[in-house]
Amino acid sequence: MRMNGGEVTRDVEPRVLLVHYIRDVLGLTGTHWGCDTSNCGTCVVLMDGEPVKSCTVLAAMAAGHDIRTVEGLANGATLDPVQQGFMEEHGLQCGFCTPGMMLTARALLDRNPDPDDAEIRQAISGQICRCTGYATIVRSVKWAAKNPLGTDSGTGAAEPGDTPATEDVKA
Amino acid sequence: MQIPASFDYDRATDVAHAIALLQRHGPETRVVAGGHSLLPMMKLRLARPERLIDINDLRELDFIRRDGTMLRVGALVRHTALLESAEVAQLFPIIRDAEQVIADPVVRNRGTIGGSLCQADPAEDLSTVCDVLAAVAIIRGPGGERSLPMAQFHRGPYETAVAPDELLCEIHFPIHPLSSSAYEKVERRTGDWAVTAAGATVTLSEDGSIADAAVGLTAVGLDGVVAGIAELLRGRPPGEELFAEAGLLAAAAARPIEDQRGPVDYKRHLADELTRRVLRRACARAAQTRAQKG
Repeated sequence: MRMNGGEVTRDVEPRVLLVHYIRDVLGLTGTHWGCDTSNCGTCVVLMDGEPVKSCTVLAAMAAGHDIRTVEGLANGATLDPVQQGFMEEHGLQCGFCTPGMMLTARALLDRNPDPDDAEIRQAISGQICRCTGYATIVRSVKWAAKNPLGTDSGTGAAEPGDTPATEDVKA
Repeated sequence: MQIPASFDYDRATDVAHAIALLQRHGPETRVVAGGHSLLPMMKLRLARPERLIDINDLRELDFIRRDGTMLRVGALVRHTALLESAEVAQLFPIIRDAEQVIADPVVRNRGTIGGSLCQADPAEDLSTVCDVLAAVAIIRGPGGERSLPMAQFHRGPYETAVAPDELLCEIHFPIHPLSSSAYEKVERRTGDWAVTAAGATVTLSEDGSIADAAVGLTAVGLDGVVAGIAELLRGRPPGEELFAEAGLLAAAAARPIEDQRGPVDYKRHLADELTRRVLRRACARAAQTRAQKG
């Protein structure tokens, strides 16, 4: 399968679940493992761009598909705007649901760049924040929608559009 | 950690291949599509198939197509696709109503209509929807294709008429002009299985009276549609008194059992109230269709 853009090949038993394949076989522990019953949504990854609960997908079923985990969100040192939004708007407390929430947010924004509160809440309704910090998660996603190119905050890399043009400063 | 017992895994390349694999490996083989019913049961060791046949590559079963007076839906169509189809919403609003309350958006990205029907959970919403719409199941096996009305498809909880070497391939929904439908469910929390749910379809006559109707109930022990509903409603104009009569009939037909989702009386009350609501909404929608056509 393709994992965060790179091809990976492993031999596993058919009964290995995608979440354990990602965490234990590939060592990508950013994907969390929670309820094991496809309720909590902390194990959400993107499969061909769509959020899925990786505790209810066999690794074998994902063979040949494109999987994206939280490790695949940032582009080098530049965080995805969704990740920046979660920093700016305090979208995480304990952090357990965060990887899944951010991936669902990414998939939502890829389809709908300007979602309203109800659309965001609907999109994350299959995922549980055990800190009950939903209000800040919604704000974080809205921040990412408003800043589709992100900013340089927390990334160490300046984005071209962020520095006001000289003319603007003079005016 | 919940891990399924060991099994062998095959990936089918087309319907014929899937059927050949089912035939070769016998009744301990199960088909997996979305996997959101089967895999949790395997993780709890409630199901222990010796082999899984993955049909997710069978693109030939992933379509929604209008064909004359019927809508053909492939068995591999995901819940999300049904929910987002404008054609489905226009022809059969009951499907959209139901899809909005099936699990959650992430689960709906994987789960399929064929999987839901074949799982045949007594609290499963699409079974009621298909009963009410008088859908027809298209099943293929080694001997060819056969079509089976929904009333004969379900044999009981978790049991269908699909033989171990057969595959549910399509569901056909007959289209009636001047017809509409609705579904409503009460659940303990969003995305849960129904405590009780009801679905209705109504066809109006040119004069606005009811020409035909069907009501189905979910999770209250009723197989198929409520008997006598069409006879009660036919020829009469839609109205609250009529809906109340239908509600009483549905409540009397329900055979709920007490469980963690509620006592018998409560479920019977829901069968009554939800029947009134879905008939009211289906009639209003059908009247709107009639007004647009007129």
